Amino acid sequence: MKNWLLGATSIALAGLLAGCNPPELSSTTVDGIVYCAEGSPEVFNPQLVTSGTTIDAISQHLYDRLIDIDPASGRLVPSLASQWTVSDDGLTYRFTLRNSVAFHHTSYFKPSRFLNATDVEFTFNRVLDKSNPFHFVATEYPYFASVGWQSLVAKVTAVDPEHVEFVLNQPDSSFLSTLATDFSAILSAEYAQQLQQQKQEPKLDELPVGTGPFKFREYQKDVLIRYYQHEDYWRKAVKPQQLVIDIVPDNTKRLAKLLTHECDVAPIPRMAELSMLSHSTDFHIDEQTAMNVGYWAFNTQKPPFNDSRVRRALAHAINRQNILQAVYFGQAVAAQSVLPPNSWAYNDKVQAPAYDPETAKELLAAAGYPKGFSMDIWAMPVQRNYNPNAQKMAELIQADLAQVGIRARIISYEWNTFRRKLKDFEHDSVLIGWSADNADPDNFFRPLFSCAAAQSGSNRANWCDPTFDQFISNAVLTTQMEQRRSFYLAAQQYLIEQMPLLPIAHSKRFLVHGQNIEGIETNPYGGINFARAEKRP
Amino acid sequence: MIIRYLLRRLFLLSFVFVAATCFTFSLNYFYPGDLLTNFSGIQQIDDAQRQTLAASMGLEQSVVQQYILYVQRLVAGNWGLSFATQQPVIGEVQTVLPATLELAAYALLVSLVIGIPLGLLAAIKHESWFERTVSTLSSIGYSLPVFWWALLLIMLFSLHWGLLPTSGRLSVLYEIPQVTGFMLLDILLAPVPYQTEALRDAIRHLALPTLILATYPTTVMIRFVRDSMLEVLAQNYVKTARAKGLSRSQVLYHHGLRNALLPVTHQVGLQFSTLITLAMMTEVIFSWPGIGQWLISSIYQRNFTAIQAGVLVISSVVVAVNMFTEILHTLLNPLARKDA
Repeated sequence: MKNWLLGATSIALAGLLAGCNPPELSSTTVDGIVYCAEGSPEVFNPQLVTSGTTIDAISQHLYDRLIDIDPASGRLVPSLASQWTVSDDGLTYRFTLRNSVAFHHTSYFKPSRFLNATDVEFTFNRVLDKSNPFHFVATEYPYFASVGWQSLVAKVTAVDPEHVEFVLNQPDSSFLSTLATDFSAILSAEYAQQLQQQKQEPKLDELPVGTGPFKFREYQKDVLIRYYQHEDYWRKAVKPQQLVIDIVPDNTKRLAKLLTHECDVAPIPRMAELSMLSHSTDFHIDEQTAMNVGYWAFNTQKPPFNDSRVRRALAHAINRQNILQAVYFGQAVAAQSVLPPNSWAYNDKVQAPAYDPETAKELLAAAGYPKGFSMDIWAMPVQRNYNPNAQKMAELIQADLAQVGIRARIISYEWNTFRRKLKDFEHDSVLIGWSADNADPDNFFRPLFSCAAAQSGSNRANWCDPTFDQFISNAVLTTQMEQRRSFYLAAQQYLIEQMPLLPIAHSKRFLVHGQNIEGIETNPYGGINFARAEKRP
Repeated sequence: MIIRYLLRRLFLLSFVFVAATCFTFSLNYFYPGDLLTNFSGIQQIDDAQRQTLAASMGLEQSVVQQYILYVQRLVAGNWGLSFATQQPVIGEVQTVLPATLELAAYALLVSLVIGIPLGLLAAIKHESWFERTVSTLSSIGYSLPVFWWALLLIMLFSLHWGLLPTSGRLSVLYEIPQVTGFMLLDILLAPVPYQTEALRDAIRHLALPTLILATYPTTVMIRFVRDSMLEVLAQNYVKTARAKGLSRSQVLYHHGLRNALLPVTHQVGLQFSTLITLAMMTEVIFSWPGIGQWLISSIYQRNFTAIQAGVLVISSVVVAVNMFTEILHTLLNPLARKDA
């Protein structure tokens, strides 16, 4: 019943909304910002999740990190750590902590002291140290597992109350970026101790205590999360008295609530709805190129895709401009490299192959396929930001390929089966994508192209090239920014020549808010920050 | 006599309860997955826990024994944990049920307040333009699909005129602690400075769902009261009373009204189950955090413990209300009392 009811609601509402430009509902005198989110968080500790919904709902509001990423420049800036030093061998990182950083004072925890090094030590030892009483309270730490935290970090120690030291097993220049992600939120050791005495360990992840701009007040699953202002926040005073995250999973309902100003801010992923809102003077649409890429990967171990000329021919045969219009409705940038243009390692000299069926035919002939061949295109069955409609994209590609004599078949499975079969490399080619977890360019290279990733299955092109592996492992071993950059520039150049996959688009992320809301900060690498948000009467 | 009648009703009620619990009990065996998980709702059961649970549920004993233990757990308030939240289901029911009852009660109230006078007037002004208008309107209201009607009103009142909010029970910025679960009551009990403001906001949230939910029972009530009144007015004792010289209003008040309204109490009980079904749809459309929305999303999530609890609670409420109105009807109606 719910299905058809929701379907009918959505269709009807979408139709009805189109003609309306409603007046505002009278606002309340209670000060606060309402953010309408698309789902409930799984837990209240970012260490345990990677889902974007959860991170958006908890991370920036409740917690701080040792270091932050400056959204404008993408550089690392001090946060809870006022400064840090790296030893010459690149193995020891020493952080100096800020003074007088207060933890949340809530109904379930009254902090007796400010933040010190034991809190940082506890936070990371919980993930690292199996003997930590909280380690097995959670079953997994997915982000930390994906960056190989267990083998990377040897130990974390509080040297004195103000200093904390990380010792690595091997140099890794992406380490600081890992600490700057939303997942590396700093918890309170004192709170953990209190829970341990009360034998209430799981509460650590359910009733959060952090140092962030807002403190936890209440949570009703699938209804709302209520945060209060943290009065003693160490940065500038927090403006809203309350931050309420209203959970509205249905896109159309969220739009309706935005129109009636029941929501102040909401993410709107659907393009058709955005174009409707853009006609209204009442709303402001924040758009941001997200750190992601949608791509078409070829199974480079299967003939004829083991020939780079064939892969380049396929790339030339595709009209990507057409795809950007029809699939992304113009709300994405054409990808030239796998790295989005806002990355500091982006190679602006690299150009993805232009649409040119003649060159494609020549390349195919040179590779020994003058009459073309048959192939499969696997289209992922779900919608993601980086690819809102893989099926449609596959159809467009199918038509383009027919022009150069290639007969393509479109294949799709249920999402879990799809990923399992991909992991076994049963595909010829696949339309899928990647969203970055942090600002470090390494996050686009090692998981997608390394030989190790080909073994673990996240390398969808099944591509293992020692020359390329050399580039990217050299890049993480050096701490010299310029040197790293040059390795990544070369790596991008090499990728375009070899073409294990064709990058298609970097999509944008949209956040809509009323014109009367000011001071919202969004970050391409993670959540939204409401600490400075203000509602004009 | 009346005691025996009540006992008989009570016996019937307990029979319905046994049938409902038998049904939900057997569901545990039909659901896919682990029997212990289906009963307890606990998602990860370790070995030690498994043994104590199995023993407490009597899984080694006969099915009848298991059923008795199941009913004992239900009566003791141990309804298992929700699959989705791992919190006791009974607590969740306590938060969502009042929301539905509140909505249904106001809708019923509206339907009585509007339906009865309109029905009476239509009967008195039989075959006038007034009766025809009321009849036409009630026919339209009777055949309106609730979801379409709801969307139409949302469009007009919320999106077009911006008068009323589109969903929820209260603006999320107001923090009202739950005491009774009935929003208006809770606001009056809450020690907050923005009481009047919150009250106004809650009423604005109530307006649309109540109006929509009330549409169907109101039209039923109008038609029912009109027919019943017309029937009474055609009775010989009414004619006799008029012939004896009583005025028209005296006859209506002393002879017509009481006899015409008696079946209404019965009708309220019969309408209640339709009302609950419609309330579920209204709740989904308005994101009203009631038991209907909760049950539907539980079905969606395959949340077996919650489905069981939802089915039991809704059927119990419907049966109890039916029973209550029937008893009320009997007590008010001398003829029925005599039969009892």
